[in-house]
Amino acid sequence: MKKTLMLGMGVLALVFAGPQAMAAKAKKIKIGFVTTLSGGAGVIGKDMRQSVEIALDHLGNKMSGIPVEVIFEDDQVKPEVGKQKTEKLLSKDKVDFVSGFIWSHVVLASRNSVVKAGKFLIISNAGTSKIAGRLCHKNIFSTSWQNDQVPMALGEVLNKRGVKSIYIVAPNYAAGRDMVAGVERTFKGKILGKDLTKWPTQLDFSAELAKARAAKPDGVFIFYPGRATNAFFRQYAQAGMTKTPLYSVFSVDSLSLPKLQQAKLQNVLGTFSTQFWSPDLNTPVNKKFVSDYRSKFNAYPSHYGAQSYDSIMMIADAVEAVGGDLSKMDAMRAQMRKAAYPSVRGKFTYGNNHFPVQDFYLRQVVKDGSGNWTTKIVQKVYENHQDVYAAKCKMKKSW
Amino acid sequence: MVDGALVFEQFFNGIQLGLLLFLLAAGLTLVFGIMDMMNLAHGSLYMLGAYVAAQVTLWSGSFLLGVSVALPAILILGICLEAGLLRPLYARGHLDQVLATFGMILFFNEFVRLVWGPEGIEVPLPSFLKGNVVLFDIPLPNYRLVVIGVGLLVALLLYLLVTKTRTGMLIRAGASNREMIQVLGVDINRVFTLVFGIGAALAALAGALAGPILAVTIGMGENILIQVLVVIVIGGIGSIRGAFVGAMLIGIIDILGRSFLDTFFKIFLPVNAAETAGPAVASMLIYIIMALVLFFKPQGLFPAKTG
Repeated sequence: MKKTLMLGMGVLALVFAGPQAMAAKAKKIKIGFVTTLSGGAGVIGKDMRQSVEIALDHLGNKMSGIPVEVIFEDDQVKPEVGKQKTEKLLSKDKVDFVSGFIWSHVVLASRNSVVKAGKFLIISNAGTSKIAGRLCHKNIFSTSWQNDQVPMALGEVLNKRGVKSIYIVAPNYAAGRDMVAGVERTFKGKILGKDLTKWPTQLDFSAELAKARAAKPDGVFIFYPGRATNAFFRQYAQAGMTKTPLYSVFSVDSLSLPKLQQAKLQNVLGTFSTQFWSPDLNTPVNKKFVSDYRSKFNAYPSHYGAQSYDSIMMIADAVEAVGGDLSKMDAMRAQMRKAAYPSVRGKFTYGNNHFPVQDFYLRQVVKDGSGNWTTKIVQKVYENHQDVYAAKCKMKKSW
Repeated sequence: MVDGALVFEQFFNGIQLGLLLFLLAAGLTLVFGIMDMMNLAHGSLYMLGAYVAAQVTLWSGSFLLGVSVALPAILILGICLEAGLLRPLYARGHLDQVLATFGMILFFNEFVRLVWGPEGIEVPLPSFLKGNVVLFDIPLPNYRLVVIGVGLLVALLLYLLVTKTRTGMLIRAGASNREMIQVLGVDINRVFTLVFGIGAALAALAGALAGPILAVTIGMGENILIQVLVVIVIGGIGSIRGAFVGAMLIGIIDILGRSFLDTFFKIFLPVNAAETAGPAVASMLIYIIMALVLFFKPQGLFPAKTG
């Protein structure tokens, strides 16, 4: 009897002491990273994964002295797959943080699973207006931007450069329509025409280009990510439109430029786009990130990579702040809200909706010292710019 | 707003798109019609043609060489596929054929990813193909003119092959009554291999030509395959003439829809509604046309089968 009692007490003591002893310091920090690793968009996921590797290298694979494991999952650009993978990360791998997410529709489908599990969701790219607004949450942070900000900055650039009229061509899906709405919100000149093309299957733009040329605009505004970028620039040159300046958002970046250069599309050189970041952004963290990335992978990182690097650094900063005690959610959140981690973009703040309030730049495509095409910052367009959806988020800024 | 020059240019664009579709549809309609075979992997041959042509162009610096290597390479691949993989499927139902050829799509997509990576590759064009010819103040891209020229030439050659030669006679006979020509002692397997080979080579040609306009990427075949199936249904299964007319119709209607539908809607709708409805209806237009054709002529415009 006595023996059993002793044993029972012992077990009880362990049961009570166990979680507390465990909670004080995690043995391993697990981060689930959902991105696209297959298909044409796999090239984005590859850049993000490599940037996470650089971040882990810089951290020595440890946060607050605890080893870190990042588990990558492929969402195949499908919301249902993304949600399934997110739930697998939460319930099977028992991750402490969920990060990644390129696509707005994928993160929208996966959001609730993370929120219900009571974990942090650090979004590395998708800038959907819903999560910036109505669906904001105390445990959700973004290390990127809200979709509209980038085309809004471009609209300002057009005003400053004295562009009187533009023609708009963009794909007909959620992000495409957001981009068009963004540039329309700030551009003060005349919009001579607007074509929304079938996405993602339509890669022939002959009809749209003929209309754009006939409208005789001062400039053409486009949003064509992925493989459509090259198709558009190529056909733009073939249609004899090189004299009309082309302005783009989320189309010309470190992922598309090597391919555009391979295709010898000279008309890409000198074109303008806007973004919060560029490989040449002059901050100490960014210089280190870009040079280490370049020496390890022999290519420029993209903004997708920069944002992923920041996601890992932000998590590391929060973990350090609580000395590795991951049960202190409130303390970690308070630390994240300070945006005190070493970010590639330098100093910035978080708005009430946990989206960055940050600067945006005008970038131009140039040749670097060794002849590779890259983007260079020309000027600052917006200083400490906040997205317009923050007003729709119910959280109040208390930091 | 709508001026004559723009309409003319859009017809030009429509014809070019139509001819590209024709190159794919001509081969596929024969496979459907003569072999009674559901082949979803036709788009994969188109993709492989584009990749081989692009790769050889990058190695050699000559686009012409790229195209002329891609054609026989995919022709041989097509013949091997037909003899090795598809022949056992002829006796089976259409569902088995769909499953097997869908599996081939997945296989070839993964194959391309292993060999060339997920990014896709770029084909630099020779400078004489980069510029454009100005006709009535409209710059017509040289390259699109070349596509039109090649497309028309192939259409003419196919017409001569099918109507003027003994092989063509066998193909036509096979399309209208397969059992009869077997009974007459024709080696139907040889006709099948020939037809599939021609189809594969034409798909490769279409892929090689499309590469410098569109993008050489994984899955490029599936995108265009849907449009090609619409062309075949409209033209009538097994008919090359039907494929030509159907392709022209789809090419021109698709381009004109994309160009002028929003302007047309603005006549009687508010601007916002027209701007939303225009692209939406334009992307459905070819399917609406297909539904209409199916309603009035269920066999397509030029049905090949008589019995």
